[in-house]
Amino acid sequence: MERLAALPFSKSVEIAYKSIRVRFFRSLVTTASLVLAVAFLCYVQVVNNIATSLLQSGDPEALRALARAGYDINGVTTIGESAQQQWLVALSLLVCVVGIINAQLMAVSERFREIGTMKCLGALDRVIMLLFLLEAGMQGFAGSLLGVLVGTLAGVAGSAVSLGAIVFAGLPPAALALTGLQSVLVGCLLSLAGVLYPAIAAARMEPVEAMRVEQ
Amino acid sequence: MVEQPMQEHIIVRTTNVTKSFQLGKHELLVLKGISLKIAAGRYISIMGPSGSGKSTLFNMIGGLDKPTSGKVFIDEVDIAQLDAYELAWLRCRKIGYIFQTFNLIPVMTALENVTLPMIFAGTGNDEAMERGMELLRLVGLDQRHSHRPSELSGGQQQRVAVARALANNPAIILADEPTGNLDLKTGEEIIGLLKQMSSERGVTIISATHDFKMLNVSDEVIWIRDGLIDKIEQRDELNISMGTIE
Ligand SMILES: Nc1ncnc2c1ncn2[C@@H]1O[C@H](COP(=O)(O)OP(=O)(O)OP(=O)(O)O)[C@@H](O)[C@H]1O
Ligand SMILES: [Mg+2]
Repeated sequence: MERLAALPFSKSVEIAYKSIRVRFFRSLVTTASLVLAVAFLCYVQVVNNIATSLLQSGDPEALRALARAGYDINGVTTIGESAQQQWLVALSLLVCVVGIINAQLMAVSERFREIGTMKCLGALDRVIMLLFLLEAGMQGFAGSLLGVLVGTLAGVAGSAVSLGAIVFAGLPPAALALTGLQSVLVGCLLSLAGVLYPAIAAARMEPVEAMRVEQ
Repeated sequence: MVEQPMQEHIIVRTTNVTKSFQLGKHELLVLKGISLKIAAGRYISIMGPSGSGKSTLFNMIGGLDKPTSGKVFIDEVDIAQLDAYELAWLRCRKIGYIFQTFNLIPVMTALENVTLPMIFAGTGNDEAMERGMELLRLVGLDQRHSHRPSELSGGQQQRVAVARALANNPAIILADEPTGNLDLKTGEEIIGLLKQMSSERGVTIISATHDFKMLNVSDEVIWIRDGLIDKIEQRDELNISMGTIE
């Protein structure tokens, strides 16, 4: 018996992309918690980036604004997350992963018949797995971008409210870009982590099992 | 009864296939030892009452499930011995499947559904598109190539499924109650299509059914009862018994 060649990567990307595009609203639901978590992560860091930038500018007016807003600025050169903030961020990311796993389990089980059918047409387990990872990666990327946008805007707006118009003079582009990049990366990783278990379960199913499921 | 010539190519062979399902503490023996030989190019119907094990046998022959005991040979290769890549090749290139519930991919258009097995088989995009359109034309749906399954009637969906089953020029088409969800006329159209494939392309058709319309086009009917082969009738014997039924 001959062997089937592996599906080219570009083809997998194409199939995964089409699948998300068609299921746009379903994907939105799956990604919603990710958007929120990334936005929160990004918001917290943007606020700190801005405060640090003001602190380092040495501008007396900026220092007064920081002190007024309750920052402890004596003897520090950067403003990082407080322990409480770290807890909140970690917690929100955890909740987010659980949310994604939940949403992906639902999304995958809605597609059991489709998975079974694809296996009947010659899809290998790893192709199924790859398709789900690709979809999650793309969703994670798009969702994180949205989250970063929301988080950055909220962070800038929040800083402006607590520190005054002075924040607009000293926005640190490099630090903000780095924060954005990190947040997108974290978002993609979370999305992939969330789909891992559902994807493995789906890929392992025998075609008959998958197709027997009532839908 | 006409004996089959000895040199006929046996494309499917099962030896004493059994299948049981574990239902809680009970073991349900569904197939109780099925041995059959199917010659290439024939149109075979598997008939039997509901629950007799037709679909279960279908899944065994198609490599979609594993027998509890016994062996299934496709082209004299024991499919239990195949690795994942060989099994995928078998499902992709050698066998075309048609299901009672159509099982098209809902997010794909008719054309994409038909070309998917070709993509899995490594066919290039242009060639896949061209062959896909050709197959849709064959089943009379080339005008509807950009429609999703939800925008097609049951009969049209099943015709797309027939086109998809033919995508990689399989040697065998396995159809599990292909007309089960269709009305009389659409069912006849699908049967006509299958018959056409069998006579024009020499594809072996194996169809589980309880649709008596199927009998007219079958070369051979395998009657299953309670997980055992009840009788196997050739076409000429069939006409006689059909004559007495009608
Ligand atoms: N995965 C399974 N788990 C438990 N029992 C099963 C399973 N698959 C089939 N069965 C049982 O096996 C028996 C035969 O089922 P099968 O689907 O093969 O019948 P069939 O001849 O195709 O019937 P129909 O004409 O109604 O489609 C039934 O009693 C069914 O309940
Ligand atoms: Mg059945």
